[in-house]
Amino acid sequence: MAQRMPQASDTVRELSVEEIRAKFGTGMEILDAEEHMLLSMGPQHPSTHGVLRLLVELDGETVVNVAPDIGFLHTGVEKNMEAKTFTKALVMTDRMDYLSPMTNNMAYIMAVEKLLGIDITPRAQVIRVILAELSRVSSHLVWLGTHALDLAAMSVFLYCFREREYLLDIYEMVAGQRMMVSYFRPGGLWRDVPDEFEPAVRHFLDFFPAKIADYEALLDRNPIFLARTKDVGVISGEQAIAWGLSGPSLRGSGVDWDNRRDMPYAGYEKYEFDVPVEQVGDVYARYRCRMREMRESLRIIRQAMDRLPKGPVNIDNHKIVPPPRAELGRSMEAVIHHFKLWTEGFIAPDGYVYQVIESPRGEIGCYLRGNSTNKPARVHFRGPSYVNLAALPLMAKNRFVADLVAVIGSIDIVLGEIDR
Amino acid sequence: MTRDELAVKILNENLPGVVESVSDFRGERTLIVPKKRIKDVGRVLRDDPALRYNFLSDIVADDYLPDYPRFAVSYHLLSLPHKHRLRLRVWVDDPDDGPETMAELWPIATWLEMEVWDLMGVRFAGNGSLRRLFLPEDWQGHPLRKDYPLGYEEVQFSFNWQEIDAKKPYAKE
Repeated sequence: MAQRMPQASDTVRELSVEEIRAKFGTGMEILDAEEHMLLSMGPQHPSTHGVLRLLVELDGETVVNVAPDIGFLHTGVEKNMEAKTFTKALVMTDRMDYLSPMTNNMAYIMAVEKLLGIDITPRAQVIRVILAELSRVSSHLVWLGTHALDLAAMSVFLYCFREREYLLDIYEMVAGQRMMVSYFRPGGLWRDVPDEFEPAVRHFLDFFPAKIADYEALLDRNPIFLARTKDVGVISGEQAIAWGLSGPSLRGSGVDWDNRRDMPYAGYEKYEFDVPVEQVGDVYARYRCRMREMRESLRIIRQAMDRLPKGPVNIDNHKIVPPPRAELGRSMEAVIHHFKLWTEGFIAPDGYVYQVIESPRGEIGCYLRGNSTNKPARVHFRGPSYVNLAALPLMAKNRFVADLVAVIGSIDIVLGEIDR
Repeated sequence: MTRDELAVKILNENLPGVVESVSDFRGERTLIVPKKRIKDVGRVLRDDPALRYNFLSDIVADDYLPDYPRFAVSYHLLSLPHKHRLRLRVWVDDPDDGPETMAELWPIATWLEMEVWDLMGVRFAGNGSLRRLFLPEDWQGHPLRKDYPLGYEEVQFSFNWQEIDAKKPYAKE
């Protein structure tokens, strides 16, 4: 290759103050480039949880300003989805937030179902809730492990990934895939859960509460962890709302809002659970929120397992859901449906919808427009990581560089979802 | 009176004639307002004690090629105190003359508008930090527009590596 790879450091050094200001704009501008030092953190820095580059302006060791530079993982998910049928576009959503594929699937699939105006069966609804909550736990486990690792607590990482492995096995059991599941389909699920699903989830419910207590024993009274997290990265409730924070980052600042309870979807109004809220708004408060959320997720899963109804998981409309495999040998109609569905797909009406669900990271929204064709005319995702990242400069200002690492960990970003 | 109707009523009282039309689809209410007055509408919706849409959830731009006006910009608002969502929509005919920035009302708007400009090319008046966010700084065009091709890349093998490499548009030093 003739081309030299551009280095992050030399691009910054070559820019003049005016160019940096033009590049990083207002609100995130460099204040005094003569006196301060510019440090390019990332994109390969391990504590940025992916390929995030931060241009940090430093006065000594104190952070004066931070400008996030994103886009290293941009793959044009939204554009690509416009070129696929509704069902085939589903696979792109797994690859956005790869730590909780089930909730991404759910946001997109619920938007498709809203656009089509269909309701799914009670059994599919409950299975979706179980898997969405399991994926919340599994996503929080990755967050906890990597966050603690950033703050130099190595062992927590190993424990968390051991338990996450069990959840990935459950994914594999139901969907055949450990990460890119694409399990929720328009009109229901890919297929019903196998018989061993229920004992596996029940076993998880039995052993996992003790594991949460283990993690808390490692961290809650650990003086190093407390010194690195308490009163670090504080953001007030008003600021959090103005900056569009959502999920545990919003609840850590004392704003009592959870889409599952306040604007219920997928039957969440039928479950009894508390929404953990912490008042301080620092890194430790966000940590406490997520730890308590894992327990609440277990409560929801337990209730859902107890009331898991019998019956079909897919609706009976074979214009949307493929007919059962066994029917293809007997029924001409089923063959036609099968053929039409996998070649052409189904046609969605004119109109646009916006579906919001509560993902582990916050409010994930899916805007979907149909135009009487078999492909989405426009798909847009509100990635909670993307919006939460905007508040990073606010939280990290006037703190040490080391605290910046703690703050990035506490807002729980996934770069696949930021860049899309 | 539902919250949907209340929003329209209060807007009409404060800013007569500002709601051009109302559309309901699948239980979601959309208010179509003039591009010039979007900020006034936002201010009333945010500050009126009966409405309090204090959370800007998302800004989405949509391309209706070949229709005219071509672009639609939607603002998804959420009222945390009243638990209600509402969509504002403006039509934009000239993408270089887009709606005014909402950064004064919701600071997050700066960040959301940057994404819209980068991928759809709708310019927000008064937003000083419209820069390439996802795409490289020297990128031409706005990929989410309908007249922008999806594109592909020729596969390089050892026998035609040089030939295809010579055609590749590398970033200029």
